[in-house]
Amino acid sequence: MKRRSDRVLDGWLWFAALLALALFMAFFIMLGTESRASVLRFGWRFVVTSVWDPVHSVFGALPFLYGTAVTSLFALVFGGLVGVCTAVFLVYFVRGWFRSWLGGAIELLAAIPSVVYGLWGLFVLAPWLQHTLEPWLGRWLGFLPLFQGVPYGVGYLAAGLILSVMILPTVTALSRDVLLAVPRDIHEGALALGATTQEMITHVALPYARSGIISALMLGLGRAVGETIAVTMVIGNRPEISASLFAPGYTMASVIANEFTEATTHVYLSALYEVGLLLFLLTVAFYVVARLFIRGIAKTEGNV
Amino acid sequence: MQPRDMMQTVHPGHLRWRKWKNRLFAGVIFGLALLAVLPLLLILAYVVFRGAPGVSLRFFTSLPAPTGIPGGMANAIVGSIVMVLMATAMSAPVGVTIGLFLAETHHARWQNMVRFVCDVLSGTPTIVIGLLVYAMVVAPSGGFSGFSGSVALAILMLPTIARSSEQVFRLVPVTLREAGHALGGTRTQVWLRILLPTARAGVITGLLLAVSRALGETAPLMFTAFGNQFWSNNVTQPTAALPLQVFTYALSPYDDWHQSAWTGALTLVAIALIINLFARWVSRTRR
Amino acid sequence: MLSIEIKVEALHAWYGNDEVLHGIDLAIEPRSVTAIIGPSGCGKSTFIRCLNRLHETNPGARVAGHVWVGGEDVYRMDPIDVRRTIGMVFQRPNPFPTMSIFDNVALGLKFAGVKDRRRLRARVEESLAMAALWDEVKDRLHQPAMSLSGGQQQRLCIARALAVEPRVLLMDEPTSALDPISTMRIEELVQNLKQTYTIVIVTHNMQQAARIADQTAFFLDGHLIEVGPTSKVFTKPDDKRTEDYVSGRFG
Repeated sequence: MKRRSDRVLDGWLWFAALLALALFMAFFIMLGTESRASVLRFGWRFVVTSVWDPVHSVFGALPFLYGTAVTSLFALVFGGLVGVCTAVFLVYFVRGWFRSWLGGAIELLAAIPSVVYGLWGLFVLAPWLQHTLEPWLGRWLGFLPLFQGVPYGVGYLAAGLILSVMILPTVTALSRDVLLAVPRDIHEGALALGATTQEMITHVALPYARSGIISALMLGLGRAVGETIAVTMVIGNRPEISASLFAPGYTMASVIANEFTEATTHVYLSALYEVGLLLFLLTVAFYVVARLFIRGIAKTEGNV
Repeated sequence: MQPRDMMQTVHPGHLRWRKWKNRLFAGVIFGLALLAVLPLLLILAYVVFRGAPGVSLRFFTSLPAPTGIPGGMANAIVGSIVMVLMATAMSAPVGVTIGLFLAETHHARWQNMVRFVCDVLSGTPTIVIGLLVYAMVVAPSGGFSGFSGSVALAILMLPTIARSSEQVFRLVPVTLREAGHALGGTRTQVWLRILLPTARAGVITGLLLAVSRALGETAPLMFTAFGNQFWSNNVTQPTAALPLQVFTYALSPYDDWHQSAWTGALTLVAIALIINLFARWVSRTRR
Repeated sequence: MLSIEIKVEALHAWYGNDEVLHGIDLAIEPRSVTAIIGPSGCGKSTFIRCLNRLHETNPGARVAGHVWVGGEDVYRMDPIDVRRTIGMVFQRPNPFPTMSIFDNVALGLKFAGVKDRRRLRARVEESLAMAALWDEVKDRLHQPAMSLSGGQQQRLCIARALAVEPRVLLMDEPTSALDPISTMRIEELVQNLKQTYTIVIVTHNMQQAARIADQTAFFLDGHLIEVGPTSKVFTKPDDKRTEDYVSGRFG
């Protein structure tokens, strides 16, 4: 026998659960419908051409895809490296109150609003890049196309650096948790063989934690790809593809942010919706990949 | 077999090299960990030093003014608070219920789907949430509004609230639930009288973190709340929000507006840190 | 055999503020098996973990006293050298799950700087043979270590420890997680290995100690109560507490 209150409660639970699913479907349906005009009109050309000309209603999103790829890969490499190393530092080199204090400080980075990152990037980081770091890099590494050209300050490098900082808390916190879950007897097995701390970490602990760390990096990458405001403020907003990290560029998220309220024609709006749809699909894909790696951990642990 | 015959043939300097490598590794790790803390310190320092000179009563009580005339961000602060409160009112009941659904029911397949959806939504770019709300609320209703802004913030908060409450509900010991059922309580009574009160501190912590995130978000408001230079006493009208105002002022060409942007940023950071520290305190005192 | 391989003097150990070993003195002859017995929590595991300086890697752990191995003071050596001289096998088989059988055995050699493939391979084969595992794995050296059974994994861990050619092999209840047949194989193995190595084995199984040890030491509450030839400890112990324990009256 089921009480009436329980039936009401069940109904309310199912309503909430289905609402979440409906919301998810709504993203596909709304973004799909709204971008229809652009998809039909430009087809594949939308993602492989680089002319973005609202006046003549010709839209190729390649510069934005490129900008998103460059800035988030930069963040993945740089922020990912710093994040994983910080996690190693927290797990193997400090203990007790200092570990929790430092871990807490890095998690606070996640609490800072992205507009504040943007503000800092625009008024502090970009001028420093323009006058100090970029000329210096140009002088010593200028033989690489990455570091050639006029230092603008705002551009791919500024956006990549800001994104590196913004994904740090995600990467550090998740990698730290994964490393803390490496069993103690695995560590001791390595030490008992005469391993140094470094050998224990690089030969045994990191390989053991590999899938978890990759999934942390994937979630960080997802965050970098979708970040809007901070990037919009420091990337320079120029829809062009440049090999140089010093050059201004544009990302998918920032073109939506900058142009959506100004888009006047139907096809212009539709093109921006299509950029949004691509962005949404990308983050879903990164999440799925991250999940597959998490499943990988469950498998390794099941065998131990 | 003679033990120890081979080790002696290993180069005697090898151990020294390994130890050197070990120290180098420790040094690099230490350096990169310092590098990780540096931006937090730099950002906080700059926000305080650049923002503090603009802190005044006027900043918190008056409207934005044209450049050259001292103004404030009172309407943006109020707009942010109103929209986040509305968003919380929409999101919290649904989010906590989803948490209950995920932690307390036995529909594994549906739960996995909902959990997956929540995790994807929590990683969805906030600008895309703005697009969705524009298509679903703003365009049909005929214009930007504070209400649509709070819908966007509610969508943003929902997955965070759902997953954090799920985790809190899971921490409640099974024995408590069983004791409730043994007293003859219905499921509704057990959940409302035992589960929710026990999990309250944790649920509130999750809510606070979601609120803190919503207060700082700019992107989902750009084509929903849109922003406003004046008081808007009507949520069907465009509404100002603090992060939006900081964004607009930062990209303006005027020095006094830049100053206001820094002061607005200081306000945002202060609010975020206070809420975060408070949330940690709540979760610690209850455990 | 009058020489001494391991000499322990006034060894104290702490976990935080808890003293878990209260001054242990013990001498062990080369190429012998010494069993450490005693009820749970008596400090027997801590004791052998002090011999290869693994105890001090626990947060808050501390050691005082002296341990000499082959005449060298372990606490004046570099811990990495110590652990290469003293191999260890753990309670639960702990092969490195991300590595193959071959890589598990070769890892210690790689740490030690052996790069030559032929020498690595020869040494891996030799160690696996000593651990009585070679015949079972020679056709699948590059399969994951986790594909082995529990008993095979433990013998793999023994091979891993032997590969770096230690003088001493410490075994911390190496058969407590294994079935009787695997246990028997490990016990046979210990009998063979003692011709080359000095072995210290912690066990909670008194029959096992009686079967394989030349010398037995009985620990209680962090004190070494009695040590002597195994037959004497089990049949004519000097101390009443030893007698109670070996006759099963407590523990």
